[in-house]
Amino acid sequence: MLAWTIYLSFAGALACLLTPRENPRATRAVAFGTALAGLVCALIGAVQFKPENGLEVITNVRWIPALGIDYSLAADGISVTLVVLTGLAAVAGVLFSWNVEHRTNEFFAYFFALIGGVYGVFLSLDLFLLFVFYEIAIVPKYFLIAIWGSTRRDYAAMKLALYSFIGSGMVLIGMLAAYAVSGAGTFDLAALAHHKFTADFQRWAFPLVFVGFAILAGMWPFHTWAPTGHSAAPTAASMLLAGVVMKLGAYGCLRVAMTLFPEGLKMWQHELAALAVTGIVYGALVALVQKDFKFVIGYSSVSHMGFVLLGLVTLNEIGWSGAVLQMFSHGIIAGLLFGVVGRMVYDRAHTRELDKLEGMGLLKALPFAAVTFVIAGFASMGMPGFSGFAAELQVLIGAWHAFPKLAILAGIGIVVGVVYTLKTTAKVFFPDRAPGEVHAAHEQGEHELEPISIPERLGAALLILCTVLIGLHPRLLLDLIVPSFKSPLFEGLRKVAGL
Amino acid sequence: MNTSDYLALLTALAPEVIVVLTALLVLAVDLLGSQDTPRSYRMSVAAGLTTVGCGGAAVWMLVNSTVGNWHGGMFVVDPLNELVKTVLLLLTVLTAVLSVDAKFTRHCGEYFALLLLATAGMMVLASTEDLLLIFVALELVSLSLYIMVAFDKANRASAEAALKYFLFGGMSAAFLLFGFSLLYGLTGTTHVPRMAYKIFALGPDPLASVALVMVIIGFGFKVAAVPFHLWSPDAYQGAPLPCAAFIASGSKVASFFVFAKVLLLGFSQLGWGGANAAAGGWMPLLSVVAAASMVLGNLAAIRQTSVRRLLAYSAIAHAGYMLVGFLALGGEAFASVLFYVTTYAITTVGAFGVLGVVEAEVGGDSLEDFAGLARRAPVLAVCLMVFLLSLAGIPPLAGFFGKFYLFAAAMTNEAKSLPFLWLIVLGIAMSCVSLYYYLQVLKQAFVVEPDPEARPLAVPFLAHAVTVVLAVTIVLLGCVPGWLLDALHQVIGKQRW
Repeated sequence: MLAWTIYLSFAGALACLLTPRENPRATRAVAFGTALAGLVCALIGAVQFKPENGLEVITNVRWIPALGIDYSLAADGISVTLVVLTGLAAVAGVLFSWNVEHRTNEFFAYFFALIGGVYGVFLSLDLFLLFVFYEIAIVPKYFLIAIWGSTRRDYAAMKLALYSFIGSGMVLIGMLAAYAVSGAGTFDLAALAHHKFTADFQRWAFPLVFVGFAILAGMWPFHTWAPTGHSAAPTAASMLLAGVVMKLGAYGCLRVAMTLFPEGLKMWQHELAALAVTGIVYGALVALVQKDFKFVIGYSSVSHMGFVLLGLVTLNEIGWSGAVLQMFSHGIIAGLLFGVVGRMVYDRAHTRELDKLEGMGLLKALPFAAVTFVIAGFASMGMPGFSGFAAELQVLIGAWHAFPKLAILAGIGIVVGVVYTLKTTAKVFFPDRAPGEVHAAHEQGEHELEPISIPERLGAALLILCTVLIGLHPRLLLDLIVPSFKSPLFEGLRKVAGL
Repeated sequence: MNTSDYLALLTALAPEVIVVLTALLVLAVDLLGSQDTPRSYRMSVAAGLTTVGCGGAAVWMLVNSTVGNWHGGMFVVDPLNELVKTVLLLLTVLTAVLSVDAKFTRHCGEYFALLLLATAGMMVLASTEDLLLIFVALELVSLSLYIMVAFDKANRASAEAALKYFLFGGMSAAFLLFGFSLLYGLTGTTHVPRMAYKIFALGPDPLASVALVMVIIGFGFKVAAVPFHLWSPDAYQGAPLPCAAFIASGSKVASFFVFAKVLLLGFSQLGWGGANAAAGGWMPLLSVVAAASMVLGNLAAIRQTSVRRLLAYSAIAHAGYMLVGFLALGGEAFASVLFYVTTYAITTVGAFGVLGVVEAEVGGDSLEDFAGLARRAPVLAVCLMVFLLSLAGIPPLAGFFGKFYLFAAAMTNEAKSLPFLWLIVLGIAMSCVSLYYYLQVLKQAFVVEPDPEARPLAVPFLAHAVTVVLAVTIVLLGCVPGWLLDALHQVIGKQRW
């Protein structure tokens, strides 16, 4: 059932492309159907999935026997979690891009090509296949930003494409070297994970592959594509970029770099943790001083993805499960934040500058947006009751066991996160200017902001529901995620971690 | 030699004979029969005859797959050669089809005859293991191509390109001949496998190294590797479009095949060079040439505003990638280089096909001429995207698997110490650079909005059909590379490795 998410998305991309250009409604219908079908497949797959089985092979067909490459898809609790996240992000993405009128059919074709690649990465067991899907996701991102983007879209799109491609190039080198050195003649992840690579080899191969993937996860100092890319992208693309594409990178770190070269992780654990914490604190501090609404969210993504990376390198189970939970949680929350900023506010106010937004009286004009943003802000800053709390708490506990000093610094990052979220919320929706000034701005004819449409309300409600649900009942996902680390794939990693 | 020997040789050479006869027929029909008819008609007739002739030669090889060796390796027929020849015939047909709508010449018969003669030369090149015949065949190919480059007589660039191509080509032939003569003097044979044995028996010898350098220089010109690449951007830019496509595809396939044969068969014992420092092997040498080609080709391509020159520099870079494949040694090297060069040739012909339509309809080959192609000719634009992304190495297209296989093969050779890791790292880094300039073209085609007054392009039916078929081939070969790969492994497995 899970594999259908991939095929449905690619079929949907083709179907969207073939709908007539003059009829955006038809395209939208096809797109919404595809996204919904993908989500339904993902949910059915998740319900049917039995976490205690560990890694469940879905398909395994010989693909290129000469090189030992198989078309093999498999899922464990981690993949299932992220596939569901992708399904949610796809549906919300379609709902939040209901107003795309320019080349609508192409827009959704790229959108679903990207989604299909993402589903594929999360479900691949063969390293070659994983890499193919990973690269398939690069090109649509470029065109989504370059054609439908806003501020400096050419630059942002090219930067994102090149960063992704360089990252995947690093992964490719590590992967080829692992293939050659293992001498096993296979790209099967489980088989390669069983091969014991020498310590010398792991010393350089691990950071290469880990950083290659982590570029896409927004690891400091390779994060600079993220804020520019996020803010230039059209809303749906920002939602996907922050919501699922950054998770591709983190997932690759976990699924490929860490399982293949566990000893390498042990060698580089402290350096990587330091980078992750730098990302958390730096992202939060930079978000504090941004003048552009989308840049605030962009840097907050860098900060929150730092928690994912920190959790991954803790080398203990609570840190890992926290990292995966944080991937899910941040995917939902970032989607929501970008939905509010990009679609609800920017598409109506046509500016993202905080100073200008301040005078627009958005609380009165767009009360729904204000409420959504407040909820999303609470979730983002890690209030109990929302998914971010459960995830970041676990990461911090894991980090506390591994590196207490860094954990304290990361805690400071959370505090700064509260500050910039509150500051931005206050500035945009609850300005402390005199009411007269607000009125003056109103009378200049800026109160003709169209009301929030039904698709936007639906999308926001869906995402809020998810973050609250996971926040109140994190077991729902943790029961899927935690048993996954018992599977043979993570055997070497567990041994190195002493579990 | 008695009559039956000639008959046997003629049977073995039948595909080449068919191609040469077709060349004469095309010439005769055009000169005698149709001088008064319109040019498009004459072009179609000539292209049709070319297609039939090449198809006939391919069918002959399919039906009578004789395997044999005539005159001590002077002429060899085996499944590997036949596969390469089939690819060459296919590329010739594609070039012929692209030429149908071209307007650069009134001498239709001569043009197609030269195309076929070049093809015959390439086929002989693929089928011989003798240095002498390699040289003769190479000259036949080169001379035909020089004339074809100059065929656009109204265009100064065409003449300049031909002169440059001719001067560089003549120089490279001299180097090659010098190298060959040294080899003959050293080993007393012109037969490549026997020569390998003699070189091995001789032990490290400075003279062999000199010969090696000469041979690498000579072939380096043919495949346009740095620092022997200077002719190629001008030739690509000045030549009539189908001719440039043919140089980029057919000539590349044949040159790489024979280069691989001479180097991997003839110098198989001289890979690393011996303990004697005077006799360096070809692997370090080739690594440097490959690295220089990848770096210079890709970096220079960034600055190009003419798409033809961009493709030329990208061709130099791709030659660099393919030279990396040589380092895998043996059957794997042959398989990976042949896979790469075949898919590369198909992709390039497709890209030139799109370029041809744009040049004919918009009037130039600069980046701006591609603006809004997605609106003006959507199908063509999608095909262009497939071709360029395949060249950049994006999955699931054939170019990705080709590059992956090349690097995997080079990496697996002596996997204990990974001696070519630096080269592979460089290759992958340069692929990232290449994505930049391919995206520049695609940005024009897909992102930039066309002029409001720009009309949809009138794409000739044949150009449409060819590009679509080629794009589908590239996608299929990328998704199921096993088709070509298994065929290559099968025919190479029957060889001596």
